[in-house]
Amino acid sequence: MGKFFAIILVVITLASAYPIVTHKFVQPEDISTHGHAIDEQLADTMAEGGFAFVGAQLLLAFFVWKFSSRKEGSKVTHLPGGAKLMVATAFILVGTEVLALGVLGQKAWADVYFTPPKPDALQVQAQAGQFAFYFRYPGADGKFAPIHPDKIDEGNQNYFGLDPANDVEARDDIVTAEMTIPVNREIHLLMHSKDVGHSFYVRELRIQQDFVPGLDLSLHFTATKTGKYEIVCTQLCGLGHYNMKAYLNVLPQDEFEKWLKDRAAEQ
Amino acid sequence: MASTVYQHVASSVTERTGHAQATRSGVWVGIFAITMSFAAFTSALMVRQGSGDWQHIMLPPIIYLNTAALLLSSITLERARRRAARGSTPQFRDALPWVAATLALGLIFVAGQYLVWRQLAGRGLYLATNSNSSFFYVFTVMHVLHLLGGIAVLTYLIAKIASRKGTPRWSLFEGAAIYWHFMGILWFYLLVVIATRL
Amino acid sequence: MEEAVQPAHVHAPPEGFISKYVFSLDHKMIGKQYYGLALVSVFMGMVLSWLMRFHLVWPDAKVPVLGSLAPTGAPGGLITPEYYLSLLTMHGTLMVFFVLTNAPFAGFGNYFLPIQIGAEDMAFPRFNMMSFWTTFAGFLVLVLAFFIPDGPPTSGWTAYAPLSAVGKDAGPGLGWGQNLWAISIAIFCVGQLLGSLNFISTTLDLRAKGMTLMRMPICTWAWFITSCIGLLAFAVLLPACLLLLLDRLAGTSFFIPSGLVVSDRLQNHAGGSPLLWQHLFWFFGHPEVYIAILPAVGIVSHVLVTSMRKPLLSAKVLIYSMMSIGFLSWMVWGHHMFVSGMNPFSSLLFSFPTLTITIPATIITLIWLGSLYGANIQITSASLFALGFVSMFVSGGVSGFFLAQPSIDIYLHATYFVVGHFHMVMGVAAIFGILSGTYFWFPKMSGRMMSETLGKLHFWITFVGTYCIFMPFHYLGLVGNVRRYSSFVDDFMAPLMPVHKFISIAAFITGAAQLIFLYNLIHSRFRGKVAPENPWNGTSLEWSIPSPPPWNNFGGKHPVVFHDPYQYGVKGSKGDFVMQDSPEQIVSG
Repeated sequence: MGKFFAIILVVITLASAYPIVTHKFVQPEDISTHGHAIDEQLADTMAEGGFAFVGAQLLLAFFVWKFSSRKEGSKVTHLPGGAKLMVATAFILVGTEVLALGVLGQKAWADVYFTPPKPDALQVQAQAGQFAFYFRYPGADGKFAPIHPDKIDEGNQNYFGLDPANDVEARDDIVTAEMTIPVNREIHLLMHSKDVGHSFYVRELRIQQDFVPGLDLSLHFTATKTGKYEIVCTQLCGLGHYNMKAYLNVLPQDEFEKWLKDRAAEQ
Repeated sequence: MASTVYQHVASSVTERTGHAQATRSGVWVGIFAITMSFAAFTSALMVRQGSGDWQHIMLPPIIYLNTAALLLSSITLERARRRAARGSTPQFRDALPWVAATLALGLIFVAGQYLVWRQLAGRGLYLATNSNSSFFYVFTVMHVLHLLGGIAVLTYLIAKIASRKGTPRWSLFEGAAIYWHFMGILWFYLLVVIATRL
Repeated sequence: MEEAVQPAHVHAPPEGFISKYVFSLDHKMIGKQYYGLALVSVFMGMVLSWLMRFHLVWPDAKVPVLGSLAPTGAPGGLITPEYYLSLLTMHGTLMVFFVLTNAPFAGFGNYFLPIQIGAEDMAFPRFNMMSFWTTFAGFLVLVLAFFIPDGPPTSGWTAYAPLSAVGKDAGPGLGWGQNLWAISIAIFCVGQLLGSLNFISTTLDLRAKGMTLMRMPICTWAWFITSCIGLLAFAVLLPACLLLLLDRLAGTSFFIPSGLVVSDRLQNHAGGSPLLWQHLFWFFGHPEVYIAILPAVGIVSHVLVTSMRKPLLSAKVLIYSMMSIGFLSWMVWGHHMFVSGMNPFSSLLFSFPTLTITIPATIITLIWLGSLYGANIQITSASLFALGFVSMFVSGGVSGFFLAQPSIDIYLHATYFVVGHFHMVMGVAAIFGILSGTYFWFPKMSGRMMSETLGKLHFWITFVGTYCIFMPFHYLGLVGNVRRYSSFVDDFMAPLMPVHKFISIAAFITGAAQLIFLYNLIHSRFRGKVAPENPWNGTSLEWSIPSPPPWNNFGGKHPVVFHDPYQYGVKGSKGDFVMQDSPEQIVSG
């Protein structure tokens, strides 16, 4: 039965590797400026992880094949090199992997988090609440009016709790249910939660960040391809979590400006 | 003199069956866990300090009297321990008055803490009033709850010693003493945190 | 100072049904009680997962019987989105706490640790009994949540604030369901602390003559290290649950900031930090997963040594590796929070120790593999599950490697990739450890042998089945399939539904196969072949006493130990092994 174990394990290993090797399940096309570093990191890790996975499973299968159901009177022997060899292998193998991926991986992370947004980045605020995203643009004055939680009134579409009567900056703020941005322009996304924890995830942008109630968080990114993409919530926020999403429209600059003008007129 | 007593006690304890040693280990393990819990509460405090609504609490002076009572109770319990440790078998009856004094001081501490809570409530500071008051009550109530555990053990020891029906185990007596001193040290730490950070 | 003379026995022999089977002070009965509780919990948890898998693939189908069991959550048998989240929350809570902390650690550990070190019982039998009944009380409180009108909690086993903290405004299940959850887990913490107290004191102080620390079996070491981790981890979770209950019931604001508008109601809280909950929870939560896996690592090592008929390349190195994992486990909790909004510099800091844990884990795996070389592997149900564990440990470990890197985690966080990873290591590997231990130790615990035929059948279906279930989770994650969704409504999900269907069917088949195990367990208990004292020719002390052992383990005698329990394939010995309590001379090598 040991040999049967070995065979089954080899089949499982090859079957597991097959979809990866044939690229059957891959991330969608990257439309961001920082995403290629993440994709490279993922590919490198897949190669190293894949090698480790296949290598270890095949070794296990081989040893079980060879050293089970042995003939009567077979002697038990020890691997030359013993534990020292195993420890050295682990340190060298893993140590180099860890160093390589850990150190090299910093750049991808730094691109997203350690660089400040460009001064001319377009500011957009996203508000997450059970169970929808709303977006706000600062309008002609370039300023976001303060949010008054006590004035939030969804029935009257005052999602952000704006007070145009008393706050001058609120009068030109543009609120939408879809996030529209110009292509090839850096976006500075300000993130605000109305109620509980949520998250902002756009697969194609290679971006994911939680909304934390009480914290002013922000992200910046640049989309490099026009199109319509899904923004989904990935932080469990209640019964409507599965359905909490919005669309990200990436438009050419001129079309974006027209869109913004049209929305401003509607407010 | 004192070191001879401890040496005497220590060496005969190590000769003992593992069970006495296990009791001692158990007390230290328990102390370790309790320390970790209060470390968690402290780290919660440190994270919360970042928020804006921090209003310093003027501590009711009686809290210092309570502290004195608790520290004094450690002294009385140490006295009790040394009294009991004289000779080759535990002299619990000699120690009894000192253990009783410890218990009394412990109860005074608890009563005093209750007065502290009432005084704070009188000023309008309840558990949920603001961040400072929340932490104040959490720290002080959790400490008193753990102290009550020590009080329960002291009560048992006194009852057993006074009863003439057998004597308590030395390892339990010693373990209770270690725990009690820890409660004093813990309180002192909490007081410093409260006084400087709340 | 002469202590009053201790009675020779820790406690008197039990008499009567209650003290033998209910409020027993005997560590063996307590171990069996923990195991029994874990068995009930795992079947409950499995049924919950079937309901989840069923609903994901057939969202409009009605589940028979469920409509009458859960009229609010699943009216007419149709699972609502909130009920799905309840199933998810209770599945995770039951499995992580009541199965994975109970069976391999409290169950087998309680039963075998005292025996393996040559002791008569644990150091504090009364605390031990209390620890089980406290855990059981926690279980009852948790299960009670199924029967209250508002239903069980819906915030996941991780119960992130403020969703879990603001109360019923946040949605169904977040009223009394969440309170019961927090109370249950707080009670559970107390039970575990009492248990850890016993394990640590017993291991340090009640070892038999000759049983130095390094002569303890690897699984004893694993239980000891786990109990040290558990002591500190549960000591942090308990305060966290208390603070959560205060926010929910007493109006404090530890975790709730100001200005939240939940269900159109402005919440009357201020100044709290949701991230504080995450820090406290994961500071416990990460060591908890090592609490789940280390005992299995120990059990599997123990079974492998006996099954291979040779010692490991180095037991000492494996033990030190387990200790390093235990030590490093305290430094990595932030890897659950890479995109949580915490300081991104901290994320990088956390990723380094996370990646470093790969080193001791790899050492352990290589020691197992390297030891298999030249072995004389005896294939039994127990050894098959142990070998399967090695395979699963590799699979789960490799996927962890991806998630340890913050930049990759940006894409993979909260996807099925994460779910695949932790199910491989916890939901499969740790379970394999429990199953391996069960097949191995059943003869000792019950005095009867389990059916090897049924055991092997159970293994094959489970081994292939769990790969079929959980390997595809990783593929789904690579595409960006988000987790904790009760339905898949996103545009890109449609082509992935056949994969989900495959998974669900594999889950039902594999789950059904567990009934083979249950049947085997129960049938063998009463009708199995009578077991000898040492059916596997093992060397550790449990194999030197009758099956089942007498109430005081060694019959009032004090065993003496002469060497480590890995004396297999020893030159010059009679047979191919030397028992630990045999003074028969050993030859090194």
